[in-house]
Amino acid sequence: MRAYRATFSAKFRALLQYRAAAAAGLATQAFFGLLRIMIFTAFYASASGPQPMTLPDVVTYVWLSQGLLMLLPWRPDADVEQLIRNGNVAYELLRPVDLYGLWFSRALAVRTAPVLLRCVPMFVIAALWFDMGAPASVASGLAFTVSLIATAALAAALTTLLSISILVTISGRGVHVLTISVVNLFSGVIVPLPLLPDWIQPLVAFLPFRGLLDTPFRLYLGHLPPSAIWVAVGHQVLWTAMLVLAGRMILSRALRRIVVQGG
Amino acid sequence: METLRLYLRYIGASARSQLQYPASVIMYALGHLLVTGVEFFGLWALIDRFGAIRGFGLAEVSLLYGMANVSFAVAETAGRGFKDFGVMVKSGDFDRLLLRPRGTAFQVAAQQIQLVRIGRLIQGLAVLAYAFTALDLWSTPLEFGLAAMAMVGGACTFLGLFVLQATLAFWTVESLEVFAMLTYGGVETSQYPLTIYSAGFRRFFTYVVPLAFLNYVPGLVIMGRPERFGPDWLAWASPLVGVAFLFVCLKIWRLGERHYRSTGS
Repeated sequence: MRAYRATFSAKFRALLQYRAAAAAGLATQAFFGLLRIMIFTAFYASASGPQPMTLPDVVTYVWLSQGLLMLLPWRPDADVEQLIRNGNVAYELLRPVDLYGLWFSRALAVRTAPVLLRCVPMFVIAALWFDMGAPASVASGLAFTVSLIATAALAAALTTLLSISILVTISGRGVHVLTISVVNLFSGVIVPLPLLPDWIQPLVAFLPFRGLLDTPFRLYLGHLPPSAIWVAVGHQVLWTAMLVLAGRMILSRALRRIVVQGG
Repeated sequence: METLRLYLRYIGASARSQLQYPASVIMYALGHLLVTGVEFFGLWALIDRFGAIRGFGLAEVSLLYGMANVSFAVAETAGRGFKDFGVMVKSGDFDRLLLRPRGTAFQVAAQQIQLVRIGRLIQGLAVLAYAFTALDLWSTPLEFGLAAMAMVGGACTFLGLFVLQATLAFWTVESLEVFAMLTYGGVETSQYPLTIYSAGFRRFFTYVVPLAFLNYVPGLVIMGRPERFGPDWLAWASPLVGVAFLFVCLKIWRLGERHYRSTGS
């Protein structure tokens, strides 16, 4: 356990150094947030009936997603990707720790450190000037925080699975481009999930990706009452456990017939 | 003429080198098709739920979306060299271009084309084809021609933005990430009718970065909408705005080039 904690904290602290990148990212994400809010406002102005979400809730949802965007597992851990490409993954195999645990701790740092740098200033700016709402209640805020921790684990499990996929397919690119579109659609970053058509909702509810953004956001907004936290976080944790198991299985099978190319 | 032949040889070499890995090109292109396809699904879902946006239905928004994405895809395919320009300044490779008997902007543009953006192009053309059918525009040659020319102008506008982004590298050595606001933000902005945005936004994307002339201004005339932006001749002249913008951007490039100092690496 200590080795994993050390791996996590080393990577985490290294990533916290990229403050200029965070500032630039913050400006870009604020711009896109404003753009998307203007689009949603115009749509709501044309609405005829009641909608599954109010406009102020959509505004808060957009700001939450802009602040936490970097949590999304769009691509594998760049370091691990490079290790596999240049053959240095051989050194990783020599270390006296479990490879999955090592990659998972690093993925956790990769997903959380950039978010930590960006989300606080983003939420402050959005709350002060751009109509981002507070949590529905103190209990909702707490439920949101708990769910967000589960989100980080889920995002790390998906990231690790992506890294492992490179080991299996060498290129891995096909899996990655597919991942981006699936993650974007089913996490709620393109359109808040309640606004998607009814026929797709069962699929949305089943897949793990809503646990990346939508689940914590619904707890924050009070759409899911704080008492629903067991079901909501249970969905996240169950999927995380399954993805970790799948990742471990694929990794151990890949390691049995691995051929390290060159050096 | 000589320049054009040289350009075709340059990009022919770039295309051939990429096609050495046909599976990779196809997979990436499909990936881009999927990513932009998912975006369009989101747009469709919103129109399906709300019926329209400021009086623009699915067919009208599709026309704007298709024109914006086709223009952007063409600019991205042709302007790849400018997008990666920061690396060139950093490594000092730009010095080599200065020694050759051709303009530097020409050489950077000719250096590489990005075949995989064909995914976005196909998706944009498909949406555009739907819009043309739904709005019954196939049999109106004048409007059809205006749409095609406006997209050429739009591609010039986006290309101008890539040139500006690269020009900044003469001063900053890095390519600036913030520029994504204008390029990717620009294409996202121009997917919807300009009237939905706040006045500041609208003015910026009309008078500073003239993306309004890529699809909104000519689009109103093409679709025969009751709204108007300026006199009708302006809509017909809108392709020229993009060309003029690219021209100005290339002048700024010249200015930046004079300021260039090699990193020495």
